[in-house]
Amino acid sequence: MATELRLLAGKSDLSTLDRERHPPAWRRGWRATWPRLAAVALLLAAWQAVVLSGWEPDYLLPGPAAVLSRLGEEARSGVFYQALGTTGARAVAGFTLALVIGSATGLAVVSSGTLRTAVGSLLTGLQSMPSIAWFPLAILLFGLSEAAITFVVVLGAAPAIANGLISGIDQVPPLLLRYGRVAGARGLSLYRHVALPAALPSFFGGLKQGWAFAWRSLLAGELLVMLGNRSSLGARLNFARELGDSEGLLAGMLVVLLVGMLVDALFGVAGRGIRRRWGLAE
Amino acid sequence: MSVLPLRPQPGHPISVDGVSKAFGRGRDRVAALNGLTLRVGPGEFVCLVGASGSGKSTLLNLVAGLDRAGQGTIDTGGVRPALMFQEPALMPWLTAQQNVELPLRLRRLTGGHSRAEAERLLALVGLGGFERRLPHELSGGMRQRVALARALAQDADVLLMDEPFAALDAITRDDLHTELEQLWLRRRMTVLFVTHNAREAVRLADRVLLLSSRPGRVAAEFHVNLPRPRRIENADLGVLAARIGDTLRELVRDGD
Repeated sequence: MATELRLLAGKSDLSTLDRERHPPAWRRGWRATWPRLAAVALLLAAWQAVVLSGWEPDYLLPGPAAVLSRLGEEARSGVFYQALGTTGARAVAGFTLALVIGSATGLAVVSSGTLRTAVGSLLTGLQSMPSIAWFPLAILLFGLSEAAITFVVVLGAAPAIANGLISGIDQVPPLLLRYGRVAGARGLSLYRHVALPAALPSFFGGLKQGWAFAWRSLLAGELLVMLGNRSSLGARLNFARELGDSEGLLAGMLVVLLVGMLVDALFGVAGRGIRRRWGLAE
Repeated sequence: MSVLPLRPQPGHPISVDGVSKAFGRGRDRVAALNGLTLRVGPGEFVCLVGASGSGKSTLLNLVAGLDRAGQGTIDTGGVRPALMFQEPALMPWLTAQQNVELPLRLRRLTGGHSRAEAERLLALVGLGGFERRLPHELSGGMRQRVALARALAQDADVLLMDEPFAALDAITRDDLHTELEQLWLRRRMTVLFVTHNAREAVRLADRVLLLSSRPGRVAAEFHVNLPRPRRIENADLGVLAARIGDTLRELVRDGD
């Protein structure tokens, strides 16, 4: 018994417990990383197997080694970064605009019953509409221009962002709002101090989803709306197809995939941080 | 405990005059309160005991200004009362300290001042050192202490409590009774405290009011002339609680 007590009280033993619950950063990192690495390795192996099977000739379907070395080459060229920069800037601009418009729409809908009846279901409908279906109209309205691309990116992302905010505010526990009113919060201050922070986890979910829609719409736009003087990730895919450059095409697709995943992961990390702080996740 | 200054004067009285409140319309209309009249004197501690459906929570909502009476008047001397619920209702994204600061910020007290005030109040409810914990990192009793500190931060001299300790275990509840009594003795706020539990009512109150059910009106009144500080185990306290319990049971039987 005495030993047990000493063990329980001993500082070193407590820190051992602590270590088990909170393993060092590198170990947590490795635990999170190795399954992903294994999945990537399996995928590459499957790809290589298809190539080896001789289903399509090399010049149509090159193997992973060729594509990856091409990717490495491109990563050392200026043109590639120019394309990445153009697409990235469009994504940031479109998503920012969608953020502003989506949040404003969401706020307007939650603060007015009439507006909710009017556009609530429309927002959900818009969200399920494939944004590529907007392009013909966008091109008619704005011509082959940056504005056409931005238009579609915003239409793709804004409904998801608005819906995230709306469902977040709808789900604020009524008791918190009641407390807010007891403490003297009214109107704007009730939003600022209670409803909006309470809605943040759901809003962030909407942002993540909005990003996925924005990224899809953007790439669709870049394939359809070719602005002659500007290279972009989408335009490079088209060129590669026209030139019959399969290696370049697959390398370009990998970049699109990686950028999408990277940004999604950033949203994931931030979202988990918020959910943890809000007590919604361990 | 010693940090809390004595108040020069007790809190505002609460007057409830001929208040009626009904919910629903037409044939579904249910009267929750019907011509209820009661008064809580300045700095008095009154417990309201009644069966479910006697309109206790309805009354507190009306006094807190969260809802409007159908008829009658309620007067709390123009101050906005603080209200504590059965659940702590803390903002989950704010630390204990930030939760206590929230009513101060809503009253537009500046940052430095409100931080010091929140720290003082948390120490007062026995949570010194827990300022930076989030609500989900605290036990149920600690959360309710934070809620108590937050209610005190409102600096209202009228405090309404809606079964605030009902969800806590007996030991924690006993601790909080002691703390609430100490706070009240020093601060003399006017308290209207709703509970199901006759013993808790006698432990805390100067006066216990029994509400009859459907619709609510005051059916009986008990003065508690026991010396303070009290102990829940006190024999006289138990005798009075038993009497109140008996009366309450009669009321419920007659009501059915």
